[in-house]
Amino acid sequence: MSERVLMCGNEALAEAAIIAGCDAYFGYPITPQNEIPAYMSRRMPEEGRVFVQSESELAAISMVFGASATGKRTMTSSSSPGISLMQEGISYLAGAELPAVVVNVMRGGPGLGNIGPSQCDYFQATRGGGHGDYRTIVFGPSSVQELVDCMPLAFDLADQYRMTVVVLADGILGQMMEPIVLEKKPGRELPPKDWALTGAKGREQNIVRSLWLPEGSLEKHNNKLQAKYEQVQKNEVLCEQYEVDDAEIVVVAYGVAARVVRAAVNKARENRIKAGWIRPITLWPFPTEQISKAADEFRIFLTVEMSNGQMVEDVKLAVAGKAPVLLHGRPGGGVPTVDEILDKIKQLSIPTKS
Amino acid sequence: METVFTRTPTFKDCPTHYCPGCGHGIAHRLIAETIDELDIRDRTIGIAPVGCAVLAYDYLDVDMIEVAHGRAPAVATGMKRTNPDKIIFSYQGDGDLAAIGTAEIIHAAHRGEQITVIFINNAVFGMTGGQMAPTTVLGQITATTPQGREAAGEGFPLQVSELLALLPGAIYVERCALSGAAGIRKTKKAIKHAFELQVGGAQGFSLVELLSPCPVYWRMTPAESMEWIEKEMTKVFPLGRLKG
Ligand code: SF4
Repeated sequence: MSERVLMCGNEALAEAAIIAGCDAYFGYPITPQNEIPAYMSRRMPEEGRVFVQSESELAAISMVFGASATGKRTMTSSSSPGISLMQEGISYLAGAELPAVVVNVMRGGPGLGNIGPSQCDYFQATRGGGHGDYRTIVFGPSSVQELVDCMPLAFDLADQYRMTVVVLADGILGQMMEPIVLEKKPGRELPPKDWALTGAKGREQNIVRSLWLPEGSLEKHNNKLQAKYEQVQKNEVLCEQYEVDDAEIVVVAYGVAARVVRAAVNKARENRIKAGWIRPITLWPFPTEQISKAADEFRIFLTVEMSNGQMVEDVKLAVAGKAPVLLHGRPGGGVPTVDEILDKIKQLSIPTKS
Repeated sequence: METVFTRTPTFKDCPTHYCPGCGHGIAHRLIAETIDELDIRDRTIGIAPVGCAVLAYDYLDVDMIEVAHGRAPAVATGMKRTNPDKIIFSYQGDGDLAAIGTAEIIHAAHRGEQITVIFINNAVFGMTGGQMAPTTVLGQITATTPQGREAAGEGFPLQVSELLALLPGAIYVERCALSGAAGIRKTKKAIKHAFELQVGGAQGFSLVELLSPCPVYWRMTPAESMEWIEKEMTKVFPLGRLKG
């Protein structure tokens, strides 16, 4: 099982979900993630599991809601406009505290946008996305292997915290072929799903709900959710950093943009510019502490995003005025190049006398 | 003394929040009786709608879920596909099923999902204050048709059950009325038949539509409501088996 195989991101994440024990996949076609439902339509029945092509994204997320309520591991995938439609269901999942995994292979927006790679759904993903006071855990992987590795973790976190976990990829990551290792690793110890709807056999009825009418009950419920989110913030942040200690310029980027940043920072170092990078792997919970710590010494922060600046707001919150935070954003399907990021870094660097 | 009528165990022993003369209580009771008679309480999962019956789980003592407006058939699909041994039913009103949830009900029936839908048609949106529903009859005064519903601009009453009966995936569709002892007896038979089909593993979708009184928003007494169902509603929504 652990040999290296060459797979595109969309198919790789689908296989990783199957290995992670996904019982049911529900989805509706949309580019650039169509390889996922196509792959699942073949593989899930082979495994004796469930695949349904729904009539809409609203229905797909509602099917996820139903399967999840019975205690099954379940997921859906879509791309930006489809994810907008799923926000109703994601809000209900949050209210009812049901686990789910939602993959968003982002494309350009707003509206129908284009099918180019984009990171324009950062706000939507990291702020909950739908109505109500809630959060989702969000991964922003930057390679096909990382996409594969975050799937079992996504299912585990969803079950552990009874939350939706969003895997935020983009058109490049979904389509890109990379050699990967697919293997089943031991997962987390998880609490029993004693809340699940399995038929009230030998016990009182279970009710899955998000309506809290008696005065004060919804406030109590929201506070309970908040306490859970605080646990996630405390325990589940993932981030990677490189050459930050002596850096004058720290570039913050995630996903595909972080790959370009890595190359640009390496080139900057070759040019004797003291640059480093921080790469959030979880976008919520955000690595606020790591960035805040880096800002304790004066450096310039440059955020590189395939949007007109969304994560930059979280970087600013983390830096909290201790240092300047700048943005290099490419919206609408634009992908930053190594040279344009290197130029930005050069402009910001303090010229050193040789 | 001989007990001739008693509470059925799956119908909880508590007062409901429904208005006097409302049909929901009767429909709940018939579902609870069916579940008990078929002895399926410990493998049944019910789906409550958005609408007056949102708290159905407070009255029906089975595992239940409350779902977004109109999405019950999709939720039921997710449940039944992953739990083919469970009995899944949704309980939906006309706003839920015939307005916002038309896509979900049509496609669940179209796919032949092995679920049972109890469709309460009372010709108005109850919970939000008696607005026009797709099933509101022509001339009926509601909160949003103060002059009475007109076909021009507001459309004719939507006969969802007739639409669904056309689909090969639907194996049983029947319309009954919650009016009078005979009507209620017939309704019970239909509900039980729909559940029995699912219990027996029949390959397809079943739905029972119930014409149900909403005296409050019909501005009638409970007795007048029953009469209105029989005299007026059944003209637009004829009773009987539409499929199966
Ligand atoms: S508003 Fe109508 S449907 Fe709702 S509880 Fe009252 S009588 Fe029943």
